[in-house]
Amino acid sequence: MMNPQASLDSNQRLFDRSTVSFLAVLGIVMAVVIGANALFPQGSALHVSTYTVTLMGKYLTYALLAVAVDLVWGYLGILSLGHGAFFALGGYAMGMYLMRQIGDRGVYGDPILPDFMVFLNWQELPWFWYGFDNFWFAALMIMLVPGLLAFVFGWLAFRSRVTGVYLSIITQALTYALMLAFFRNEMGFGGNNGLTDFKDILGFDLQSDATRLTLFFCSGLALALGYLACRYIVTSRLGRVALAIRDAEARTRFTGYKVENFKLWIFCFSAVLAGIAGALYVPQVGIINPSEFAPLISIELVVWVALGGRATLYGAVIGALAVNYAKTYLTAALPEVWLFSLGALFVLVTLFLPNGLVGLFKKLTGFSKPKEVNA
Amino acid sequence: MVNAITRLTRHTHRKFAAIWHLLLVAMLLAPLSANSTEQTAFKSGLDQLLSSDFNDISQGIRLISQSGDERAFDVLTMLLEGQLYVYRSENQLVTIVGENGSKPIIRPLFTDANAETETVSKRRVKRVGINNQLRGQLKTELALLNLSSPLAANRAAAVKQTLGDIDEALFSRLSEQLATEQDRTVRELIDVALAIYRLQAPGSAIDQQLAALSTLGASYQPAARIAVTQFLATEPEAALARSAESALTKLDGRVKVAELAETLFFGLSLGSVLVLAAIGLAITFGVMGVINMAHGELMMLGAYTTYVIQTLMPDHLAASIFISIPAAFVVSGLVGIGIERGVIRFLYGRPLETLLATFGISLILQQAVRSVFSPLNRSVATPEFMTGVVELNPLLSFTLNRLYIIVFCLIVFALLFFILRYTRLGIEVRAVSQNRAMARAMGVRSEWVDAMTFGLGSGIAGMAGVALSQLTNVGPNLGQAYIIDSFMVVVFGGVGNLWGTLVAGMSLGIANKLMEPWAGAVLAKILVLVFIILFIQKKPRGLFPQKGRSAEG
Repeated sequence: MMNPQASLDSNQRLFDRSTVSFLAVLGIVMAVVIGANALFPQGSALHVSTYTVTLMGKYLTYALLAVAVDLVWGYLGILSLGHGAFFALGGYAMGMYLMRQIGDRGVYGDPILPDFMVFLNWQELPWFWYGFDNFWFAALMIMLVPGLLAFVFGWLAFRSRVTGVYLSIITQALTYALMLAFFRNEMGFGGNNGLTDFKDILGFDLQSDATRLTLFFCSGLALALGYLACRYIVTSRLGRVALAIRDAEARTRFTGYKVENFKLWIFCFSAVLAGIAGALYVPQVGIINPSEFAPLISIELVVWVALGGRATLYGAVIGALAVNYAKTYLTAALPEVWLFSLGALFVLVTLFLPNGLVGLFKKLTGFSKPKEVNA
Repeated sequence: MVNAITRLTRHTHRKFAAIWHLLLVAMLLAPLSANSTEQTAFKSGLDQLLSSDFNDISQGIRLISQSGDERAFDVLTMLLEGQLYVYRSENQLVTIVGENGSKPIIRPLFTDANAETETVSKRRVKRVGINNQLRGQLKTELALLNLSSPLAANRAAAVKQTLGDIDEALFSRLSEQLATEQDRTVRELIDVALAIYRLQAPGSAIDQQLAALSTLGASYQPAARIAVTQFLATEPEAALARSAESALTKLDGRVKVAELAETLFFGLSLGSVLVLAAIGLAITFGVMGVINMAHGELMMLGAYTTYVIQTLMPDHLAASIFISIPAAFVVSGLVGIGIERGVIRFLYGRPLETLLATFGISLILQQAVRSVFSPLNRSVATPEFMTGVVELNPLLSFTLNRLYIIVFCLIVFALLFFILRYTRLGIEVRAVSQNRAMARAMGVRSEWVDAMTFGLGSGIAGMAGVALSQLTNVGPNLGQAYIIDSFMVVVFGGVGNLWGTLVAGMSLGIANKLMEPWAGAVLAKILVLVFIILFIQKKPRGLFPQKGRSAEG
């Protein structure tokens, strides 16, 4: 059993050593990557290709998603197996904006209807597509839709005190149901193929190097801000209550705290962060389709956090980057091995690295006493 | 006499084939002179088939069927199945008996296996073409020929074929048949057929039509309903219309009952699959509190076990299924015990970690199967005794494989219930799940019980896999498709309650199938999922919660 007071003390300052070094490392890496891409000509040994920039941008959105998961899992003890759904919803909202931006440059040249609607012989735009030609409306929806879903779901679940594995299982059912729904053509989100063929964002060509660099920069910025926001939450009084809920929910409730409200707000905030990550992800990979809702993706991102180390935030980032780099490398070089390694990762991390890589590092260096985390 | 023998050879046994050939050869060598008109009609009918004009072919079909020649049935069947070809240069009807490279080997029609064959170029033979109209005509003619079959089933099929579509000639032929017909089903069918004719014939008297309507009102034939509806559309006089309407109400009621019964049956069979998939989970999750995300993959292993055993003994399909059931139990059970000993036992009391670790195991098992058996789906054959349907009446029939799944599910459930209730292992399992420390104090080896319980749950997953292999293709993703459903069933029913799992599985299956007609399969599934998600909010411990006094939950 851990000593709550000790853990609270180390978590009190917003800009502690770990946060400062995290932000510094992130800033340096971004500056180097952007500089290397923009300043050095192609063919130079120091040049970073735009492909790599976009790939790293994608990793950064994953890292933001992992931070969102760590906030609810590491600090609140809610193992959500449905965060991929919030990510995908944010992505779809962005995808809808990008679809409307195509205008009459689509294959069928319809000025209003996206290609897939013309293909399905639809006559007019469904009501839920209205407004998505406006970026700011889309930006609002990117946060509102995942937040609202999380609010309704959390309001129902936390009030009826669905906890632990039950909650995990129904979050998984939630994302599974959404996946089935988005696969349907009748839903009006492009069915199986999803949304793709994007041309530009805010008038800037998506294929151009400058846009890609900007998107990479935005992803990094979003990660930094999201990280700080989460850090702010966990160092505030709210964060202390969250830890108390994680470690002894019933006791916290008996002390007089409205446990369900605390859970609900943190859960919603985390969902909004996931939505923003999804929205930044879509223009960089150029497609969003229902497979983003697959339960496998949601559960995979939990293992990023587990590998990095729960309840540290920066551990989640490390885990996300490490696993995704390995995934990119292995699925290309040794596709057969990837699932074996991912599976083994799940098993080994839970068995031997309860505090992830961060915990291992601390243990090896004696940097500080490893925190014990009970889910 | 000859006619009877040809029918017998077709429907009974191969050893008659020899007699058939002898007779055929005899007939061909010495053309029967006795009935020359019959011969000429048949011959000229065959000649008509050489034409490429559909009108000629139609006439040819009529001539052949009316010729009374005993080969008529064969010729028409071959024509219907597209096995009849014209050899262009000889202007001769032939059949294709084999292939030499890409060139067909042809043999003139009505020669036996020893007759001379010829290999010709593809372009020199042409199939005798038929269109839809001819196909309909052929079916009617074949049905008429079939009416004289000695087998009641053939005669019934023949009458059914003509239902609602009879002319005067057929009417009198059916009336004759009715006088001598012994079989009850055929008699009923003929009654309906005659009633439809009487109802629609312009010269029928009103009391005849009334009688016909009451016959039709009592029938289960879909054709009866069509006939009455059509009759109503002709705006008959009041008395008839009333009678027709009451007949229609009766018929509609029967259709509705049949549809409902069918939906319930589909629901029960889907429910059985869900129960089979979930019941192993009900043990590992409910009794032990272990979240086993690899449960679906244990089912997949069971399905692959079936596939392997079937590949090993391809000639004994039925036996292979019965061997597969215990084999799958053992394979999946052993893998399950391995998982428990290797991973899960270090994670007791940490359910979320167990969830992640077993999910990792599921990925490893999937990829292992993909590497060993290829990522493609394998299809497992269904043994003969499981194919076919049980027809209760013309409106309602149950497919046998679904029926077997329901029975299998109930047997597995009963077995499991018995084990947990009455065996030493079952008592120990329940003791450990209720109070581990106390059970240990009483001398129960709790570690051994854990392993056995997990093995039992996993083994049952393997048996569920055998059942699944009969319903869908066997592939590496087989388990994933069921894991969420299985968890839903267990949670919905109430964790740790076998009855709850049974009730939940069956009711979810039926709910799914009840919604499918108006919502579609995918939407129905989504609605069921949303319903369960909402239900869990209302009753977090399921339909049949375990009673307890814990502050949590």
